[in-house]
Amino acid sequence: MTPEDRARALMRWIHAPGSAPPDDLEPDVVEAAIIADEFSRAGLYPGIMNQGISMLVPTLLEVGTEAQRRRWIEPTIRGDVIWCQGYSEPGAGSDLAAVRTRATIEAGHFVINGQKIWTSSAHYADTMFLLCRTEPDRAKHAGLSYLLLSMSTPGIEVRPLRTMTGRAEFNEVFFTDVRVPVDQIVMGPGDGWQVANITLRHERLMLGDPNKLMHRIRRIGELMERTRIDGVRVIDLPEYRDRLIRLQAEVLASRCHHLRLLTARDRGDEPGLAGMIVKYYGTTLAHRLSALAVDVLGAAGLAYAPGGETVDDDEATTWQIDYMYDLGLIIGGGTSQIQKNIIAERGLGLPREPRPAGSTSGR
Amino acid sequence: MEFGPSETQRLFDRVIRDYLGDRLPLEEVHRLAREGAGFDEALWRGLVELGLAGVLVPERHGGAGLGMFEAALAAEALGYFGAPVPFAAAAVMAPLALQPSGEEGAAWLPRVASGTARIAVGFEGHAGATGEAAVERRGARLSGRITGVLDLGGATHLLVVLRDGALGLVAIDAPGVRATTHPSLDRTRPLGEVALADASAEVLPGGEAPALAVLDAGRVVLAADTLGAAQRMLDRAVAYAGHREQFGRPIGSFQAVKHMCAEMAAMLEPCRALVWYAAYALDHLPDEARLAACHAKAHLAEVGREVARLATEVHGGMGFTDELGLHHWFKRVGASRQLLGGPERCRREAAALQGWDAPAR
Repeated sequence: MTPEDRARALMRWIHAPGSAPPDDLEPDVVEAAIIADEFSRAGLYPGIMNQGISMLVPTLLEVGTEAQRRRWIEPTIRGDVIWCQGYSEPGAGSDLAAVRTRATIEAGHFVINGQKIWTSSAHYADTMFLLCRTEPDRAKHAGLSYLLLSMSTPGIEVRPLRTMTGRAEFNEVFFTDVRVPVDQIVMGPGDGWQVANITLRHERLMLGDPNKLMHRIRRIGELMERTRIDGVRVIDLPEYRDRLIRLQAEVLASRCHHLRLLTARDRGDEPGLAGMIVKYYGTTLAHRLSALAVDVLGAAGLAYAPGGETVDDDEATTWQIDYMYDLGLIIGGGTSQIQKNIIAERGLGLPREPRPAGSTSGR
Repeated sequence: MEFGPSETQRLFDRVIRDYLGDRLPLEEVHRLAREGAGFDEALWRGLVELGLAGVLVPERHGGAGLGMFEAALAAEALGYFGAPVPFAAAAVMAPLALQPSGEEGAAWLPRVASGTARIAVGFEGHAGATGEAAVERRGARLSGRITGVLDLGGATHLLVVLRDGALGLVAIDAPGVRATTHPSLDRTRPLGEVALADASAEVLPGGEAPALAVLDAGRVVLAADTLGAAQRMLDRAVAYAGHREQFGRPIGSFQAVKHMCAEMAAMLEPCRALVWYAAYALDHLPDEARLAACHAKAHLAEVGREVARLATEVHGGMGFTDELGLHHWFKRVGASRQLLGGPERCRREAAALQGWDAPAR
């Protein structure tokens, strides 16, 4: 293996949590992190990270059939197939297991009817992993199934949903008699909650990825060296500088924590609590970073002209979008409050909140 | 290459924790805190037998020949159990200062490792702490006064890191040396003050860089201590929230309370790897060590303060009592925050290390 091939293989490995390393790779987490760091230093986003690569692929590696792995993993990692996540519904946000989108079996197909909302990238995705209700007579969490389907299946309508940034980053997706072959279920009917939770676990790790934070804190340092208030570089103003350094320490901690998690993965240890905090820690930290950038830019940074997802925005607009989009990430993928429930109940073993009577049945 | 403690290092950690767990039940911490000496002969002897006093001393000088990573694991365990032992100064900073000081310095190391020379450390400059420190050196004689001396309780000697980086070593019982310990907020670690009146000292060569390396090691040890102390507070808060009942159910089932616990865990968990990195860097990554130490010290001070507050709040009225003893850790975290430079000072140094030290104009 040439050094370049090795670097590429390590990058693929580091960005597909849960994936087994290629046989001849002998992965080294510190080496992999150094490569990711060099990408970040060069101002490059270190590899493709999306819902397919970072969430579905590791899910299929854990619970997919051999046929499903063969069919989906390779094209997903190559970037030929882009996935979106069909989870949230108007009536099922934090209470995800309350999903009402129905799938019934007819002639070797699931027939899907219902609606999803806040579906990121559905407007350009090729495929969706979908959580829907297939066993309406069973208890809430036991009546769900996890299906894989093509977004070009007849009966799917995608309506863009404008976000607070002014762009349409997510969508509503409507299903009317959408027919999906029954072998496109992951695990079995009624196992959807279990599969969805595996995907969510990987989503938490993806959303807390420290490479983005490291890239960003460098850019803020540079921004503070360039930006002046009354002729003084912002980096020389102690009140701003102290905020930067404080955040630097947190980003450094996040990076070290990531290395710890990679090492655990490499050893085959279950990260437990250490993995559960990543989404909450990473997204709230990211938001505080963009908040500092917005404050550094100050009044001049209020100029706001978003050009759409395919256009490179000016610096001020980019930071303002980040500042808002990061808030979206604090909410999406399980809100901070849901994350804290997970950390406290699954990580620390605190008792669950008693459920009001009658709230556990599915629909 | 892996990131984290090896199997051997985990075993080392477990041995120390087993010992401290047996030796320091809460009543014992209460008792030692009431005494307030910052030192207990029996406890210290036990730790010496485990090799802690000589953790950094090379094997040829009678030590365990381990590194800062192990020292940080030990400091974390000592913080967790609230142990009143002079570990930071006597087992880490003093031997680090003495090791590069040639034959004369090395001659001290066997006594450090055997725990018979317990060397307190004071900085004339460098540390960025409040208090007074002015020492005049004439040949091998020192005069002046130095406050904020670390681990003076139970000390046999004092090592002064002079402003120019040279080291002055005096015996506590030598003529002209008056060592006083004042009760501190943290009853497990009294405040040390030493007055020197033409005291005879062994003056060892040092320098700016080694002086800063000693400071960095001290800061990382304090950060590790805070990590352990804060973890203890979180563990106790989680245990309390799990069994204390109000409104007919455990308070930990209320989101208001469980989210406080989750906040603490989310803050504290990444600190573990940060401390590992900072400790490792001191031995292996000279270009990164100073910055890592500043970040670790400052960040653990901030997280420690938050965890100490939240954990106390989770305990409600009991948290405020003396009986529960949670306050020993609250105070330990509070003291470590201020010693060897508070977080603002450490962050200013971190900025300067990156070339961001221009005065605002």
